[in-house]
Amino acid sequence: MAQYLNFITPVKVSGPMEAGMPLPRGDSPRLGQPFAVKLFGIIGNAQIGPIYLGWLGTLSLLFGFIAFEIIGLNMLASVGWDPVQFVRQLFWLGLEPPPAKYGLTVLPPLAEGGWWLIAGFFLTLSVILWWVRVYRRARQLELGTHVAWAFASAIWLFLVLGFIRPLLMGNFSEAVPFGIFPHLDWTAAFSIRYGNLYYNPFHCLSIVFLYGSVLLFAMHGATILAVGRYGGERELEQITDRGTASERAALFWRWTMGFNATMESVHRWAWWFAILTPLTGGIGILLTGTVVDNWYLWGMQHGIVAPLPDVFPGVVDPAIQ
Amino acid sequence: MRLWLPFAVSAGSLLAIASFVGAGWDAPPVETTQTGYRGTGMYLSQDIENQAALKAASTVPEAPWEADPEGDRAGDIYENVQVLGDLSDDQFNQFMASITAWVSPEEGCNYCHNPENMASDELYQKVVSRRMIQMTQAINVDWQAHVAATGVTCYTCHRGQNIPAEVWSRDLSPKPASAATLVRGGQNVVAENAGRTSMPQNALEAYLLNDTPIRVTPLTALPSGNNPTGVKETEQTWALMMHMSESLGVNCTTCHNSRAFNDWDQSPPQRVTAWHGIRMTRDLNMSYMEGLSPVLPDNRKGPEGDVLKVGCATCHNGVQKPLYGVSMLKDYLDSLARKGPADVPDYDSYEPGETLRLGATPALPGNGKLAANASPAVQGN
Repeated sequence: MAQYLNFITPVKVSGPMEAGMPLPRGDSPRLGQPFAVKLFGIIGNAQIGPIYLGWLGTLSLLFGFIAFEIIGLNMLASVGWDPVQFVRQLFWLGLEPPPAKYGLTVLPPLAEGGWWLIAGFFLTLSVILWWVRVYRRARQLELGTHVAWAFASAIWLFLVLGFIRPLLMGNFSEAVPFGIFPHLDWTAAFSIRYGNLYYNPFHCLSIVFLYGSVLLFAMHGATILAVGRYGGERELEQITDRGTASERAALFWRWTMGFNATMESVHRWAWWFAILTPLTGGIGILLTGTVVDNWYLWGMQHGIVAPLPDVFPGVVDPAIQ
Repeated sequence: MRLWLPFAVSAGSLLAIASFVGAGWDAPPVETTQTGYRGTGMYLSQDIENQAALKAASTVPEAPWEADPEGDRAGDIYENVQVLGDLSDDQFNQFMASITAWVSPEEGCNYCHNPENMASDELYQKVVSRRMIQMTQAINVDWQAHVAATGVTCYTCHRGQNIPAEVWSRDLSPKPASAATLVRGGQNVVAENAGRTSMPQNALEAYLLNDTPIRVTPLTALPSGNNPTGVKETEQTWALMMHMSESLGVNCTTCHNSRAFNDWDQSPPQRVTAWHGIRMTRDLNMSYMEGLSPVLPDNRKGPEGDVLKVGCATCHNGVQKPLYGVSMLKDYLDSLARKGPADVPDYDSYEPGETLRLGATPALPGNGKLAANASPAVQGN
């Protein structure tokens, strides 16, 4: 007999589509006729739509599309409008920020970073409008604004990399190019230029929070699935009762490691770990080149570089011989 | 529940993407050898499946016979012997037999010589060969800091081909659209000479032809205001390093401790050898390859009309020590391990098919003696 499970359930539950609560005056109507997709029902809610876009969402998508088009058309132009090369080399193609000679010029020639600045402007506008939208939707549903602030943390890192740090360095050439491999090459070259970001303490913190987020997500997800047979996904309503999934989950961790987060605090743990990942990372980027030029040498001065025996004696820089 | 469907679709698309972007990746098994202090990640990683093919491509041909150094000098017997005139007749003919096998095994002597008049310079190949022999002598005498006593011969690069397989020239492909749209700064396409990364595709021109500074990492912890380099310069340096790594089939850690790439105190001695190699290659391109530009026909030049140039792969061919360190030079000490006359003719005056003798000086009896001072000492630069 079919049995309802909360993980890949074989039971298909269907009913009338849910419209959601009515919106107050002044809000745009929600768009689209809702429909159900069986495949989505396997991984989440089967109902798709309606979606609320409003002015903020519409403009955000429009500006995002403009940025996407500028980047894509520049990539296509960089291979001479050749669609075959565009597909073959897509991951290699990019849009570079202006060369160093232009400094902070607001609009250098389009071909020399001007397009990069315009694309960056529209992308930033798009992201910020989407942030306002996330904030407004949360307030409209009378939620807290935690999602918006977590998103703001990611926007902070994005702005530090592409705008704030280049401003402090006095040069847009310090910013990140658009493109798959180009931005990855930039990341590694950035570390090499500034003497190895490994020794940047804020980089360390960011990695701790990043890996910590993964660990917390795995621990919490595993815990809730493990108590799923007792209805563990109904976390908070069970929190005060004995013998529930919540209490079993708490006991599991208290018995295995002596301490347990609560059904409420584990989400604060996860939220702060996630927030702090780009927040500390952004601070680390902001200090690089502005305050510290070579993190390895800075680490030497502050005793965080492990000493090594001289395994290659006699190697001397031939340029100074 | 038909779960296999989404899983199969995901696996299929992942495989398609991997085979699309992953062509040329080193597949396991990979053999790793520790090369530095424990915990520093200094390993040499090599794709085992590639090793057999590399070894097979690096077999060394024997000298055709052992030459007798006694007897009359080639310069006295033959006409127009400008560089190798001090060899004995037997040594000279042995070397000619060898160079034919190394460079033009199919075309034979007539690749460089007019069989009606062996002394004539009317074929451009002969003029180029003479300069290349001077170059090989200069490498073996002046650049022992890089090639050591192992030395090089024509075969190190040519391997039985007219043009060595691994040469480079200016690469502007694919051509961008008109300048109003985008200047891609010489990067962000597949850079064949930079390990197929998206980094600057003409980095070799900056460092192995021009004298662009390679070093980018500041030597002070705090900003001094004296380091003009940024991330873009770093990417260009890195592109050169990718070329070196791919050319030699080695990792970054063969020459560097990656925790401080710029620090010489932590670097393996191979980095010093490589440093001299960069200077050597730059000298070869500037002093030898570029100068031959007026002599070489268009089909011996790159798509942008510049001469084909030397890179690390030209000799190394994917191996850390070319030909696995076997010295062919020992059989050609008199011809290639010392410098003959290093005079450079006026290549602009060369007329293919007409110039019978292209020399730095007019033909004089006795011109063509090897320089007396040809000690193989390491020379500074």
